[in-house]
Amino acid sequence: MPPDTLLKTPLHARHAAAGARLVPFAGWEMPVQYEGVIPEHRAVRTDCGVFDVSHMGELHVEGPTAHELLQGVLSNDLERIGDGEAQYTLLTNERGGIVDDLIAYRVDPNHYLLIVNAGNREAAYAWLKERELRGSEVRDASDEYALLAVQGPRALERLGLPDARPFTHAMGEVGGVEAMVNRTGYTGEEGCELMCAAEDAEALWDAVVAAGAVPCGLGARDSLRLEVCYPLHGNDITPDTDAISAGLGWTCALAKEFTGVEELRRIKEAGPERKLVAFTMDEKAVPRQGMTIAGGGTVTSGTHSPTLDQGIGMGYVPAARAAPGTELTIDVRGKDRAATVVPKPIYKREES
Amino acid sequence: MAASEDYPEGLKYHAEHDWARIDGDEAVCGVTWFAQEALGELVHFEAPEAGATVTKDASYGEVESVKAVSDVIAPLSGEILEVNQKVVEAPETVNEDPYGDGWLIRIKLSDPTEVDALLDLGAYKQVLEDS
Repeated sequence: MPPDTLLKTPLHARHAAAGARLVPFAGWEMPVQYEGVIPEHRAVRTDCGVFDVSHMGELHVEGPTAHELLQGVLSNDLERIGDGEAQYTLLTNERGGIVDDLIAYRVDPNHYLLIVNAGNREAAYAWLKERELRGSEVRDASDEYALLAVQGPRALERLGLPDARPFTHAMGEVGGVEAMVNRTGYTGEEGCELMCAAEDAEALWDAVVAAGAVPCGLGARDSLRLEVCYPLHGNDITPDTDAISAGLGWTCALAKEFTGVEELRRIKEAGPERKLVAFTMDEKAVPRQGMTIAGGGTVTSGTHSPTLDQGIGMGYVPAARAAPGTELTIDVRGKDRAATVVPKPIYKREES
Repeated sequence: MAASEDYPEGLKYHAEHDWARIDGDEAVCGVTWFAQEALGELVHFEAPEAGATVTKDASYGEVESVKAVSDVIAPLSGEILEVNQKVVEAPETVNEDPYGDGWLIRIKLSDPTEVDALLDLGAYKQVLEDS
């Protein structure tokens, strides 16, 4: 796609002015790094970083049958959350494959906000729109909002926000800007995601940076999420992979009826043929998406872990080779490299 | 600490963003400031073995950052006399000092006349301007 057709977030000028390296991502021109992936990664693990994730999609689902609509298309059970709470869940297809993974925020019983992946915004919207019930309406409001992920052990303190349980949300104010404060994220750290009106994006960004958050790009976002084994849609999970094989069975309420549930029950009952495992490299080598794992496996995500200073990744392997401790051989550009299956997450924050 | 942009006089350059410091029939080779800046902080140098042969314009190793991997192109042909173990152990040395401690290999030239085909500083800067 030529650069001039790439979409730009409301913070694009801020990124350009800060000297960020901008790259195409899911149809958007996004910052991949500012000062560097490694210092940005470390800032989030030790203090606080801010990511512009305004490219993500926001879908409002409203009306007296909004809850019923979503219960039929999302894998997790929305009965488990109340107003002001949120839930990680999957939009599934008839084959039990994953159309998108998303977080559903319950505003009230007649109003949910879904924050979906940038690359799946149209697909998720179309999927839901086609299945609208009488008394429910799905609206793509993505262009109305900016979304800033402020992540790290000092994120809430730096923003002057009260502590709150993970997977809750409330309206709040940062630097005079009103925002929906979501206690969610994609880094494995404490922190929040701030959703504000698009026209307030620069004021909110400036306030967050002034509070000491280090601007971070998509490079650090990827290395952070992979250390904690959060799947990336398009890499680790796709419309052709199911939640059970991906280790996301915990997001599937198999006792309720939703799209693809029969297939997921069957896979659960029979046991998946392959599983998404996490691994660390035993040698100096960096695994990358698409590399072959000997014995019938594929790397779906790989990077160098700045925290562990070694190659890490996730990939699908035959179920018999999925137990932690299993030795794997990965073809790293023509050379066999040894890796070992490890429990997820690969990196776990020390409880304070 | 990353180095500031710099392309020293006295080196020979290759358009794939490599440099060579010629000393008689030997050369020390590495990647330019531009190359390390484009990749970001290096986390891995997939190094060749000493004794291996390198061929001008062909890859002899790989350098990787968190996000990306890139082949390293040999500016000249010859036999590898030494691999910089400091870079193998601490790849970020290349970012800190691309023309000094961050050198990659030392080679014995098999055809010293190949040097004539390399770029001088002015010609390499033209490559950078055009890229």
